[in-house]
Amino acid sequence: MSELTRLTAAEIAVKVQAREVSAVEVAQAHLDRIAAVDHAVHAFLHVDTERALAAAKAVDDDVAAGRPAASPLAGVPLALKDVLAMQGAPTTCGSKVLENWQPPYDATVTQRLLRAGVVVLGKTNMDEFAMGSSTENSAFGPTRNPWDLDRIPGGSGGGSSAALAAFEAPLAIGTDTGGSIRQPGSVTGTVGVKPTYGTVSRYGLVAFSSSLDQAGPCARAVLDAALLHEVIAGYDPLDSTSIDAPVPPVVAAVREGATGDLKGVRVGVVTEFAGDGYEPGVTAAFTAAIEQLRDLGAEIVEVSCPSFDLALPAYYLIAPSEASSNLARFDAMRYGLRIGDDGTHSAEEVMSLTRAAGFGAEVKRRIMLGTYALSAGYYDAYYGSAQKVRTLIMRDFDAAFAKVDVLVSPTTPTTAFKIGERTADPMAMYRADLCTIPSNLAGNAALSVPCGLSDGLPVGLQIMSPALQDHRGYRVAAAYEAARDAAQGGPLIHRVPELEVSR
Amino acid sequence: MPSISRAEVAHLARLARLAVTEEELDLFAGQLDQIVAAVAQVGQVADQDIPPTSHAVPLTNVFRRDQVRPGLTQRQALASAPAAEDGRFRVPRILGEEA
Amino acid sequence: MTTPELMDYAEVVDRFDPVLGLEVHVELSTATKMFCGCPTAFGGEPNTQVCPTCLGLPGSLPVVNAVAVESAIRIGLALNCEIAEWCRFARKNYFYPDMPKNFQTSQYDEPIAFNGWLDVTLDDGEVVRVEVERAHMEEDTGKSLHVGGATGRIHGAEHSLLDYNRAGVPLIEIVTKTITGTGARAPEVARAYVSTLRDLLKALDVSDVRMDQGSLRCDANVSLMPSGTTVFGTRTETKNVNSLRSVERAVRYEMTRQAAVLASGGSILQETRHFEEASGTTRGGRRKETSEDYRYFPEPDLVPIAPARDWVEELRGTLPEPPAERRRRVQAEWSLTDLELRDLVNAGALDLVAATVAAGAPPADARSWWVSYLAQQANNRGVELTELPITPTQVARVIALVTDGSLTNKLAREVVDGVLADEGDPDQVVATRGLKVVSDDSALTAAVDEALAAQPDVAVKIRDGKHAAAGAIVGAVMKATNGQADAKRVRQLILDRCGA
Ligand SMILES: [Mg+2]
Ligand SMILES: [Zn+2]
Repeated sequence: MSELTRLTAAEIAVKVQAREVSAVEVAQAHLDRIAAVDHAVHAFLHVDTERALAAAKAVDDDVAAGRPAASPLAGVPLALKDVLAMQGAPTTCGSKVLENWQPPYDATVTQRLLRAGVVVLGKTNMDEFAMGSSTENSAFGPTRNPWDLDRIPGGSGGGSSAALAAFEAPLAIGTDTGGSIRQPGSVTGTVGVKPTYGTVSRYGLVAFSSSLDQAGPCARAVLDAALLHEVIAGYDPLDSTSIDAPVPPVVAAVREGATGDLKGVRVGVVTEFAGDGYEPGVTAAFTAAIEQLRDLGAEIVEVSCPSFDLALPAYYLIAPSEASSNLARFDAMRYGLRIGDDGTHSAEEVMSLTRAAGFGAEVKRRIMLGTYALSAGYYDAYYGSAQKVRTLIMRDFDAAFAKVDVLVSPTTPTTAFKIGERTADPMAMYRADLCTIPSNLAGNAALSVPCGLSDGLPVGLQIMSPALQDHRGYRVAAAYEAARDAAQGGPLIHRVPELEVSR
Repeated sequence: MPSISRAEVAHLARLARLAVTEEELDLFAGQLDQIVAAVAQVGQVADQDIPPTSHAVPLTNVFRRDQVRPGLTQRQALASAPAAEDGRFRVPRILGEEA
Repeated sequence: MTTPELMDYAEVVDRFDPVLGLEVHVELSTATKMFCGCPTAFGGEPNTQVCPTCLGLPGSLPVVNAVAVESAIRIGLALNCEIAEWCRFARKNYFYPDMPKNFQTSQYDEPIAFNGWLDVTLDDGEVVRVEVERAHMEEDTGKSLHVGGATGRIHGAEHSLLDYNRAGVPLIEIVTKTITGTGARAPEVARAYVSTLRDLLKALDVSDVRMDQGSLRCDANVSLMPSGTTVFGTRTETKNVNSLRSVERAVRYEMTRQAAVLASGGSILQETRHFEEASGTTRGGRRKETSEDYRYFPEPDLVPIAPARDWVEELRGTLPEPPAERRRRVQAEWSLTDLELRDLVNAGALDLVAATVAAGAPPADARSWWVSYLAQQANNRGVELTELPITPTQVARVIALVTDGSLTNKLAREVVDGVLADEGDPDQVVATRGLKVVSDDSALTAAVDEALAAQPDVAVKIRDGKHAAAGAIVGAVMKATNGQADAKRVRQLILDRCGA
């Protein structure tokens, strides 16, 4: 493996600006790595070698001409989740319904990346329409976890997390509706951040659940995530739910945190996220991380958020309800797959046949569930009640954040499970997002940072911050990361086993 | 305890425009039953006087100026169409509500 | 299909009380669509006024048009509605190929305006107050073209072609409360309501209100209850009612049809019916196999609307004089009879006459030009009066030229013809067509002498004091001068020459 692929994004950017290495060399090293290992990992659905090299060349030209860098990440390669629109490349959302669909426009996130000189290598695999916690629901086959190829890389953004852990890209974009950035980050030993809802534009993000979806940065290091965060975040008039406020100062917070001092920071441990269902190895790693935070000077308190117990059921009503409506547009009329248009079937029949053939089992299940929850006679008991639970969860967060600066929990109750292990049991699968869902329902910021291994598999520490206070979590994560690496003699991600390389 | 019948599943599938096989009716009925039973506990707050939250952000009055923005050309609009004719999307016959 | 039995109208209103409910959809004349920046102009090439949002492309998002909200509030205020302190959009979920997202973004239980009324004046001057339930914002659908099949209609078509230029155009849906107690006048009330509403919307300048182009559409809900009872019967909803006259005919037809069904012991099906312009009848639709369940829920892609009270009051200040009040004022100022006023209004000429008067013309002359000669020209061309290529200022100038004697009425009509033929302003037309009245006495005298010489017997009669005979000579002179003579002056000259 080229040393270039082991660098952090921040290091690559500095070297490119210093002309120690060209952006083209960096891009080529990652493209070579993808060619060497992606047959085994299957993180990518689409790799755009030509455009990646052209984008890298443009950065090199800027450097050569002495023009200022487009951003602190100019020339750094990135893997884009296939749920974000990008002109000139397919956007499939991991679904047969959208196989070969090319959007005629760029998502705002895509546009910001391209303008920042970030080199987009390609589009990453995901659970179909972001519905899943394992990436097994992709219509194009599962992605494998580089820590153990028999295991899942998390989901729905398993392609993005696996690309990082396999050193195919130093940066990736994920989207998080119930944990789809944080849970994959947790099980692959990478950093995943769900920013405050409304701070990263959803324009061009193919909606799963509009009131919950949020795109965010994925990286192998906290600083890299913060640098990417500042590139993609910010007000967008094309998204009505976009907040017109300055981007939280996350990079500055990382630099502050890296000094290793958390004195005066109050950290609340969510008491509800422990006990039965939490693997002993996960609990042990989490407990050790809390001790580490205490050693850094943080004040640790226990905080109860009783309504969090209702978060999972509320989520599995709200998200499928919104999804049932958002996915109605995939009807074979204007774009995408069309089945049964042989002159004998009506438009309505073609819609039904196409949707039956084009959607996978999990998507159909959630469409059916959402259709049920919104139907006349059930609305109040299900969707209406779930929205009340949402209020209670926000109140729990408000009460907690009145006492502490950040809340912490394990990111997910278990380490990466085996591919196929939970596919027959939807409810077992859904429990992977137990700890991540409350922040989606409340809209506040949350991230996952690796906090050790259990039986050789990564465990994640989730740090939750109040809305628009994303920088608090970054500060704590950066302090913890520095202490963890110092204690363990190097980045945790470097302990990922060597992948077998083809060629 | 909810119990979702095959007929109800068939009705939902029709509302959602999903062609379902006989086997799928049984499969979905069983799975929906299981999931709905698990999520039904949110109903414990149904009678409580709690305002529902539909949006995570406390924004109101987000408007756009009434100013034309460039859109797509006809060619771009139709580029992904499964079928097109005379600048329009061609779709199978529509069974109208009118006779 | 057999033609349904109809009950004689007099018997219908004797035996039943009609109950009406009217839903009017108005397309706003904003520059852009409800949720995206695409233009709303009518008649563009198909699928050229579209973008990711109004095509429902994956990943696209809506943003509310500020002017559409402003228009909705102004309409609400003009209809004497309360304006919501806080309201939202909802999604109405159902699949239909003309709807790109397969849900309509609309307002459901939280309309922006509610609880209003509109006073409607019937032909005989009776005023009926129609209560308005709500006015809410929503978006229009695309248009389908049905190809194949004998009738070109949706039924029997082989396939359909879709144009989404109209998809997402802002609509305001105005729904009345049930209208009861109107008896035999129900059809007239329905027409008068739509007509009054149309005038109001026109005065607000929020819509083109063209029923023929679909920018104003009316759905009529009709039911009957036996006279003296108070329990509403089953209602039908008639769509495709594309003119004021059709509103009246559709309601009347439904009353006679439903009465016949009820009288024969049948029951009314709750259904959507289609109005047939040609026959003046309604026909039932294809039955839906299952009842629709729209699964409304708050639109998560849009945030709530909470119109500030001072904004609402500011908008109240922009409301025009209500059309009914304006009419009363104009009638007094211009000394019009009820009939004259009605003709003026029916011709759609009120604004034009007012503008002509504002440009200096006497009200009687202005009114006369617009409701007679110009109305006739518009009719000949098959256009609305407002679409004639002549301005009120130009009409006022023509009237001034007649008043100062420069033009005769006949010449004035020729000048107007010239303006309509795009030959320029009235003065230019007068110059280029050479239409000035001939007032040079020597030229006229010569023409008079010539005419008298040609008809000596007539000349004798005039000299004998039969002044009425002068008409024949006037006619001859006018003919000889191509109508450019002042007829009064000619007559005077004839009498002078004959020593009468
Ligand atoms: Mg409507
Ligand atoms: Zn548009």
